Amino acid sequence: MDGSQNIVGAAHDKIQHDSAVKHVTGKALYIDDMPSLPGTLEIVLVTSPHAYANIKSIDDADALAQSGVAAVLTAKDIIGHNDIAPIFEGEPAIADSVAEYAGHPVAIVAAETYDQAFNAAKLVKVDYEELTPVLDIQDAMANEQFTYTPPSVTKGDPDAALESASHRLQGEMSCGGQDHFYLEANVALAVPGEDQDMTVYSSTQHPTEVQHGVAHVLGVPSNAVTVEIRRMGGGFGGKESQPTIIAAMAALVAAKTGQPAKLRLRRDEDMIVTGKRHDFEFKYDVGFDDEGRIEGIDIEMAMRSGNVADLSSGVMARSLCHGDNCYYLPNARFRGYPCKTNTVSNTAFRGFGGPQGMIVIETVLEHIAHHLGQSLDEIRKVNYYGQDDRNQTPYGQIINDNIIEELVDRLTGEIDYEGRKKAIEMFNAENKILKKGIAVMPIKFGISFNMPALNQAGALVHVYTDGSVHLNHGGTEMGQGLFTKVAQVVATVFQIDIDNIKISSTRTDKVPNTSATAASAGSDLNGMAAYDAADKIKGRMTGIAARHFDVTEDEIEFRQNCIYAGNESLTFAELAQKTWEARESLSATGFYQTPDLTWDPITCTGSPFYYFSYGVAISEVVIDTLTGESRTLRTDILQDCGKSLNPRVDYGQIEGAFVQGMGWLTSEELVWNDQGQLLTHGPSTYKIPGSRDVPPEFNIHILEDAPNRVPTIFRSKAIGEPPLMLAISVWLAIRDAVRRSGDGSNRPNLNAPATPEAILKAVTEIRA
Amino acid sequence: MALQFTLNGERREVSGVSPTMTVLDYLRENAELTGTKEGCAEGDCGACTIVLAETTDGKPQYKAVNACLLMVPQLDGKHVFTVEGLSASDDLLDPVQDAMVKTDGTQCGFCTPGIIMSLFALRQSDAEVTEGEIHDTLAGNLCRCTGYRPIVEAAREACVAQPDGSALATLDASDSYQKADQTFHTPKSIDEMAKVFAANPEANLLGGGTDLGILVSKEREALSTVIHTGRVAELLQIDETDTDITFGAAVTYTEALPFIERLYPSFATLITRIGSVQIRNVGTIGGNIGNASPIGDTPPCLIALDATLILYSEAGERELPIEEFFLDYRKTDLKAGEFIKAVRIPKLSETQEFRTYKISKRYDQDISAVVGAYRIELEGDAVSDVRIAYGGMAAIPKRGVACEAALIDNAWDLATAMTMLGVVQEDYQPISDHRASKEYRLQVAGNLFQRLYQDLSGVDQTLEVVAV
Repeated sequence: MDGSQNIVGAAHDKIQHDSAVKHVTGKALYIDDMPSLPGTLEIVLVTSPHAYANIKSIDDADALAQSGVAAVLTAKDIIGHNDIAPIFEGEPAIADSVAEYAGHPVAIVAAETYDQAFNAAKLVKVDYEELTPVLDIQDAMANEQFTYTPPSVTKGDPDAALESASHRLQGEMSCGGQDHFYLEANVALAVPGEDQDMTVYSSTQHPTEVQHGVAHVLGVPSNAVTVEIRRMGGGFGGKESQPTIIAAMAALVAAKTGQPAKLRLRRDEDMIVTGKRHDFEFKYDVGFDDEGRIEGIDIEMAMRSGNVADLSSGVMARSLCHGDNCYYLPNARFRGYPCKTNTVSNTAFRGFGGPQGMIVIETVLEHIAHHLGQSLDEIRKVNYYGQDDRNQTPYGQIINDNIIEELVDRLTGEIDYEGRKKAIEMFNAENKILKKGIAVMPIKFGISFNMPALNQAGALVHVYTDGSVHLNHGGTEMGQGLFTKVAQVVATVFQIDIDNIKISSTRTDKVPNTSATAASAGSDLNGMAAYDAADKIKGRMTGIAARHFDVTEDEIEFRQNCIYAGNESLTFAELAQKTWEARESLSATGFYQTPDLTWDPITCTGSPFYYFSYGVAISEVVIDTLTGESRTLRTDILQDCGKSLNPRVDYGQIEGAFVQGMGWLTSEELVWNDQGQLLTHGPSTYKIPGSRDVPPEFNIHILEDAPNRVPTIFRSKAIGEPPLMLAISVWLAIRDAVRRSGDGSNRPNLNAPATPEAILKAVTEIRA
Repeated sequence: MALQFTLNGERREVSGVSPTMTVLDYLRENAELTGTKEGCAEGDCGACTIVLAETTDGKPQYKAVNACLLMVPQLDGKHVFTVEGLSASDDLLDPVQDAMVKTDGTQCGFCTPGIIMSLFALRQSDAEVTEGEIHDTLAGNLCRCTGYRPIVEAAREACVAQPDGSALATLDASDSYQKADQTFHTPKSIDEMAKVFAANPEANLLGGGTDLGILVSKEREALSTVIHTGRVAELLQIDETDTDITFGAAVTYTEALPFIERLYPSFATLITRIGSVQIRNVGTIGGNIGNASPIGDTPPCLIALDATLILYSEAGERELPIEEFFLDYRKTDLKAGEFIKAVRIPKLSETQEFRTYKISKRYDQDISAVVGAYRIELEGDAVSDVRIAYGGMAAIPKRGVACEAALIDNAWDLATAMTMLGVVQEDYQPISDHRASKEYRLQVAGNLFQRLYQDLSGVDQTLEVVAV
């Protein structure tokens, strides 16, 4: 079912992002750019300064008395249910009787102008009774305080294997959280309609969940709420569940006042009020043979879930399913602990627990390597999953598409890894203050939502009688190029130039009951659904064409914007007109469900992934042992994209994800004070990578001739998340440089993020 | 009087808006130009970057600035360009727009307008488009999607295009602008300024607004009286003699940079790490001193360089060593109605060396954890004279007298440099905060003496040298 290359914008073509020209001319509209409707109210939040406090009373009299103020609303004003939980229940949109984190919204103020609302919000008097908060993972673990029942994955008999292994090591490590720092902060505009209808423009990766949340809060059925999003200014998982809170508040104001209402978080609010990547603390116990082959392993994975579960169970499931990375673990136990803390509920972030699972197993392997006096690469080699045996994951899935060793061998060979290591040794021998390090990072990332039910998608395609096509599907555009890729799919089915296809905003009234655009699965799912819809219409048009040319349907060919029967042809537009005249439908819905998925969330077993995506990166860094500063000098990547739907888009995903991962592991540090207040809540204090931080030599290769072994859309593979984890190569290379700063007898004591301070501390320790 | 400027080539006369309205709000709400975005409202992300142009010395100068920190009266007399103004149609894109499309420099597109404007300003300049220049240009623009590689490539391709070079009309600027009970003064002479300030001693002095702008941008404060220093002739002067150089307080970092590059190259490297191009285009030498932040980057250098401040008020002029200016946390020696006129920096003698080092989590556009500044003179192998100051190590930018005493008349070798780790704590008791712990600050402050030793010995071993 592959496309020809005779049309513009077919599958696999290297075409630009559909909105690129609009982006560079400022014409691309984001929600805050939409022309303001008359009477639109602006909303400002009143948030708790305390991490944990009873809300005894709220006095809004002074705020309400201010000019322009239309409403001050609290949890008591919620018409329906104060619950916007995405998975469990009991997660309020507005704090009711208790504020559970510093930044928890307790009231919302709506006024004619932003400044009126901003100033009035300061006048809302909230009487708090402070309680003793639990702020970190250790406290929550000590209190056994969790947001849901701790899950675990077990395979074989890890205890016996640990007992009998000839070598056994224990250790601990941690990795920090990460703010999404999408450039467009969370925003929603709610417009009331007839009856109890509400249209919500929400910057969301998950319009259906916003629809549900708004319906719950307003106490109306789902059919009263329509959610629309054309594009987000970045998402990265931060707009999967969090926008529901924002949209629900805007909708509540709109419902209460009868006026359109907009809630746009400012940067600091967005960072304080909404969730981030989960930080984790790990404890491991590993047994292995003389060659470093793991025989038994037990890892405690404690995450900071925050005040509520939100998506933590999904994130933890993925951590548990990625604690193996590329390695066969015959006897394993991964124990997850979703710690309930009085900090903002952490949430989805690109990788969704995968990065945390991978970083701990890599640390374990490095520990083994150090213990045996071998290299990390040698230890990996004896632990890689096999092809026909040693190929079952701890959660029970058989891996039958494993190409990781081939990728590693190819990239290490191509860049002369051994030679580079020698050069680094020479550099380090000659340099006292600067030290270089290098590391490889292989990844295997499971594609599909861990929860099988989410692996479905819908699409809606119309062909008009002039041959133009309207495309809609349940996926959302956050910059990742999904809309472009799905349009390529439809262009390929109809064999028409992509310019004929109108890409339209995602709306819950066009395609219902959708899943979040997440888990890297956007193009896999929506591409297939759009293919299905377009193929249905194509089938009907084929029938009309066969009648028109008086041939069998087999003889009809869609090619180069035309429909051929031998030497005769019609344009696509002419056939569309004839199809209408024949009273056949030129509109179809499409649907897709990913086949063969199983997952038992209680036992944490099954085959939750349709396939795996593989990649390898090699990074070289240099550190300054006087200050702890570091730079990444060079990175080479070889990434499996299957048969890429659009290599230009995929290169962008690889580079962007890698740099974002680098930020997580180096400069991005979230700091809270001992009151549980976030101190790093703007770009002046929270440092994402800048252009100079990108490796000056940055070579990216997409694996050629590697169609997906399972029949995904045109045999492509998902790409959104996997490359983020390749950035662990940078962190491992920094560890390598720290190790090389000492005499080699000690292991670096360095967690993530490896900030200058953390690196200097590790260097100082290793030299002590 | 109405404010006058051009916006994307169209003449505008503006009255009736608050003088402390940000340019970003004005563009998005009043001018209905929503291409310019708010990403952070604190001048750190660059999504709101626009370009201001005016003719200086007969040549059009295009400068990228953050619209979120700028107040509308600061546009007076300028030519304003936003992303909407660069192309007549989608088929006639500016070279930087075209390159950003071709290199896939956009993904979500939200940072893009700001990046387009930063690259546009670079394209309109005579600067040589080196990798370093590109990174300097982009340091004030954050992108979370692309990983920058394609944006850097777009800059390489497009910014070498010829500047337009067409003349820009010279526009008048008003002396003051008023709306309701808010007044924005734009005095043209120092005596005029002294008079206005004497009459309004509580007024906010506005240089570039890179600090004060936060109050209006994030805190939404409607300041009642603002005195803008940007058109006071005496404050814009740069005077050089055989022995020293004097920068007027309203001279921007960008304007001062070529002079500092020639006289104190190490200081110049530090200046290119203060904020971003957008910040340095409006931020002033006087502002960095006047706000008396303990983490301002220039004061430690100015202390080490033995600079003096010239203070001015209706009562007249006085001069004092800069280290005596900082009294306590954010407290200075300025009297009511008094302001900084200029800073005078002695030139280095043949035998003096000056070095400064800045340590922060990110190389570009980050606030320092520690800044060390050293002016040192060696006689033979011994230290004959030395002045040392640190930022980020105390409540004020502070001279390191114990460090100086430990070095003076002692042998200048690695062993001496290494002993300084133990000496810095006599001078400094830093605090721990989200930028760094006190332990880290002390250790780095001490270690920087090794960097200084290495540096003066001609060993060119820094990350900046290796990472090219």
